[in-house]
Amino acid sequence: MSQTGKFIAWVAALYVAVLAVPLAAGVLVAFRLSDGDAAALGRILEQRAAVLMLGAIFLLFLCVFVVRWFFARYLTSARVLAEQTRVIRAANADLRLSPGEARGLAEVASAINELGEAYGALRRDSEARAAEARSWLEQERNRLAALMSELTQGVLVCNAEGTILLYNERARALFTAPETASPRPLVGLGRSLFALVDRGQIAHAEQKLRRSLERGDTLPSARIVAATAAGRLLKVQVAPFLDAEAQLAGMVLALEDVTVLLDRESQRRSLLQTMAASVRAPAANIRAVAENLAAFPEIDPQRRAQFVEIIASESRDLSARINDALQQYADALKATLTLEDVRVTDLLEFARQRITDALGIAVELGGIDDELWVRVDSFAFVQAILHLAARLHEDYGVRNVGLLAGAAKSFAEIDLAWSGAIVSSDALPLWEMEPMEFGKERSPLSMRDVLEQHGGEVWLRTGGVGGVRTGCFRFLIPIGEPVSVAARSGRAAESRPEYYDFDLFERRAIPGGLTETSLAALSYTVFDTETTGLEPSAGDEIISIGAVRIVNGRLLRSEVFEQLINPRRPLNPESVRVHGIDSAALEGQPVIGEVLPVFHHFCEETVLVAHNAAFDMRFLQLKQASTGVRFGQPVLDTLLLSAVAHPSLDDHRLEAIAERLGVSVIGRHTALGDALLTGDVFLKLLPLLAERGIVTLGHALEASRRTYYARLQY
Amino acid sequence: MAKKVLIVDDEPNIVAALEYLLQRTGYEVQAASDGDDALRQVEDFVPDLVLLDVMMAQKSGYEVCQRIREREDWRRIKIIMLSARGREAEVNKGLSLGADLYITKPFSNAELVARIGDLLGEAGPPPNA
Repeated sequence: MSQTGKFIAWVAALYVAVLAVPLAAGVLVAFRLSDGDAAALGRILEQRAAVLMLGAIFLLFLCVFVVRWFFARYLTSARVLAEQTRVIRAANADLRLSPGEARGLAEVASAINELGEAYGALRRDSEARAAEARSWLEQERNRLAALMSELTQGVLVCNAEGTILLYNERARALFTAPETASPRPLVGLGRSLFALVDRGQIAHAEQKLRRSLERGDTLPSARIVAATAAGRLLKVQVAPFLDAEAQLAGMVLALEDVTVLLDRESQRRSLLQTMAASVRAPAANIRAVAENLAAFPEIDPQRRAQFVEIIASESRDLSARINDALQQYADALKATLTLEDVRVTDLLEFARQRITDALGIAVELGGIDDELWVRVDSFAFVQAILHLAARLHEDYGVRNVGLLAGAAKSFAEIDLAWSGAIVSSDALPLWEMEPMEFGKERSPLSMRDVLEQHGGEVWLRTGGVGGVRTGCFRFLIPIGEPVSVAARSGRAAESRPEYYDFDLFERRAIPGGLTETSLAALSYTVFDTETTGLEPSAGDEIISIGAVRIVNGRLLRSEVFEQLINPRRPLNPESVRVHGIDSAALEGQPVIGEVLPVFHHFCEETVLVAHNAAFDMRFLQLKQASTGVRFGQPVLDTLLLSAVAHPSLDDHRLEAIAERLGVSVIGRHTALGDALLTGDVFLKLLPLLAERGIVTLGHALEASRRTYYARLQY
Repeated sequence: MAKKVLIVDDEPNIVAALEYLLQRTGYEVQAASDGDDALRQVEDFVPDLVLLDVMMAQKSGYEVCQRIREREDWRRIKIIMLSARGREAEVNKGLSLGADLYITKPFSNAELVARIGDLLGEAGPPPNA
C-alpha cells in the first residue's frame, strides 16, 4: 500500500474508533427510553444537528492531526532509519544515524548505531584479513605493471574475441602518437583490438597459431607488419595464450615500431637499384670507347679526339651519379639496427666497472657532461674500451687510466687516457684488427668491426704535461638523442595503473539486448562538463569535458578524457568563480566541433553516466545539428539513481551522495575531477540498486524514469 | 725550383694518372705504393706535399700521416688525404691526425690541382704549366 493509502486508512480507522464512543453512548442513552423522551431526544438532536456535524468534523481534523503527528514521528522516521541502515550495510559502514533526526525513534537510532559500530568493526576486521590475503596478489600485479611499464616494446594481451585485457604505456603511445585532435583508435581495457590492427591480419595470425598448436609446435608464434592510423609501421609478434585445456584463449602481441627501419631498408634497396642502373650505362659507354681505342691504334685523330671526350664526359657523369646516390641515401647507410641512445656518463661508468673487475686497475672518470648522449651498442663498445685498456695494462704495464668525454659537433669524443707509458703508433692498427681479448674472454669481433658498426673511429693522441708523457685513445662516436625520462616512467610511479584486467578473459559477447544486460557487466563512460553558464538555449557553451571509463566494475583512472574547449564567447565572471577556468586558458584550445567527434569516439560502445545528466545531455544535443555528432547511447544519471536508491532522502547533490556513501571528495569543479567523483559514486550506488532488485540496464532506466526528479527540466 | 709532390697509393692506375697530371702541371713528382715505402721516400725525397691514400693494404694512410706529423722537421709538409670512403668520422680522424685536407674519391683533376696550388701558396698554376 502506498504512503498516502496507509495514511487514509489510519485516519479512517481512528475516526471510526473516535466516533464509536459518542455513538455507543448515544445508543446506551436511547436504549429503553420512553416514547415521549425518545421523541424529545430526536427533536433535540434534530435541532442540534449542525453542532453535532461540527463536532464530527472537528473530530475528523483531530484524527488527521493525530495520525499525521504519529506518521511523522514514527513511520517516516522508521523509513529513514531503514534506508540509512541499508546504506550502512551495503555501502558505507561508517555512516552513523543522528538520533535528533529520528525523533521518536531516538533510542532505536542509537541502538542501530551501536549495531553499526559492531558491524563496522567486524567488517574492518574481515576486510583487513582479506586485504592481507590479497596483498601478495597485489604485489604480483604491481610487479607485472612495473615490468610492463619499463618495457620499451609495446605489449597487448587480448582474449579470443579481441577484447584488450592488458596493455602497457608503450603500446598506447605506438597507436596514438602523434597526439592530434582528430579521432585516433584508442587503446583501453575492454576496447577492441580490431580498432587498432586490421581484423584480417589478426585472424590470419590466429589461424597460423591454431595450426601450430594442432601440430604440437612448442613455441608457436606469428609475425605481421601492421600499419597504424597514424601511419606508422609496427612489427607485431603474436604468441598464443592457452587455457587449461591448452586451447587458444587469447593472444599476446609484442609491438615494435619499425617505420624507420623499414624505411631505411627500402632506402637501401633503392640505393642498390639506383647504383646498378646509373653506374651500368656510363660504365658501358666508357668500356666500349676505351676498347675501341685499344683495338684500333690507327684510328684517325678526329675520331680519337671524339672518343677521348666521350670517356671524359662519361667519367664525370659516373662520379656525379655515385655522389648523388650516396648523398641522397646517407641516412640509409647509417647503422642503427642494434644501437640505442645511451647517456655517456652511464656508458663510461659501466666501462669503469668492467675494467676494474676484469683487470683490477684504477679508472678515473673525468668531468663528463651529463647531457651528452651517444648512439651505441653499449655492450660491444664497452668491450672495445676494455680491449684497449687490457692491451695498455698487459703490454705497457699501465696501472691507471682515465675516461673522459666531450662533444664535438655531431660526435662525442671519448678518451681513454693514461700517463707515463709511450705507446707506438704502430700498436693501435694491430689492436684494431685483432679479435678483442680481455683476461680469459675473447670476442669474435675486432675493434674495427665495432667501429664500423657505429660509424665511429679511434686514433692515438700523444702529448706531455710537465715532462710526463701522456697518451690517449680518442674514440669518435655519433651522438644520440636523449631518451625522455618522463615518457619512460609514465604514470606507473604515482599510482598503480589499471592497464590490465584478466577477469575480462572470460567475457564473451553478451547475449540479448543492452537493456537486459547486467549493470555490473556493462562498460561506462562517466563524464562531466563545465560550461559558460546554465542556459544552453541562451547561448551558453561547453568549455571543458572530462571523462573516465568504467570497465568490469572498475574505475580506470588511467583511461581518461580531458579537454578544454574554446567557447568563442566571453565567459561570465560568476561561472569563472565556479570552475576557475579563465579566457586565457581557453585561447588556442580546439572548438566544440573538433572536440565532440573525439569525445564521441572515446565513448564508443559504452553507456554514458553523469550527475544530473539532463543538463550535460542538453548541451550535447544542442550541438548535434552543427557537429553531426549524436550521442545515441543509453544515459544513466547518478542524481536519479540516488533518488531511486534513497526515495526518502531529499539531498541528492553530488557532494551529499558522496558523503553518504563514504566517497572522499577531492578535486571538485574540474570536469575530470567531477567525472571521477561521479564514477566512484556510481559504483557505490550499484549494490544499493541491486538490493531494490535493479540489476539490469533496463531496470535502472525504468526506475530513473519513474522517480520524481525525472520531471525536472533545464 | 719546382715544388715536390709525393703520391702514395696502392692502386697503380690512379698513380699513373696523377703522376702524369702533376708532372704536366709543373711539379717534381715521385710515387710510393705502400705506407713503409712512403715513409722512406719522405725521408729521402723530402716532398713539399704528400697525396696520401687512406685505404692501403699494409700501413694505412692514417698511420703514415701520424708518423709524418711525429717528426718536427716534417711539420711543414702538407698532407692531402684521398679516400674512396668519406664518412664523417673518417674525415674527422684524418684532420685530427694532422692532414691539411681530406678529399673524397672520385674528384676532378682541375679541382685537385687548384687545392694543391692553394696549399703550396701558389696563386695560380705554376708558370711552366
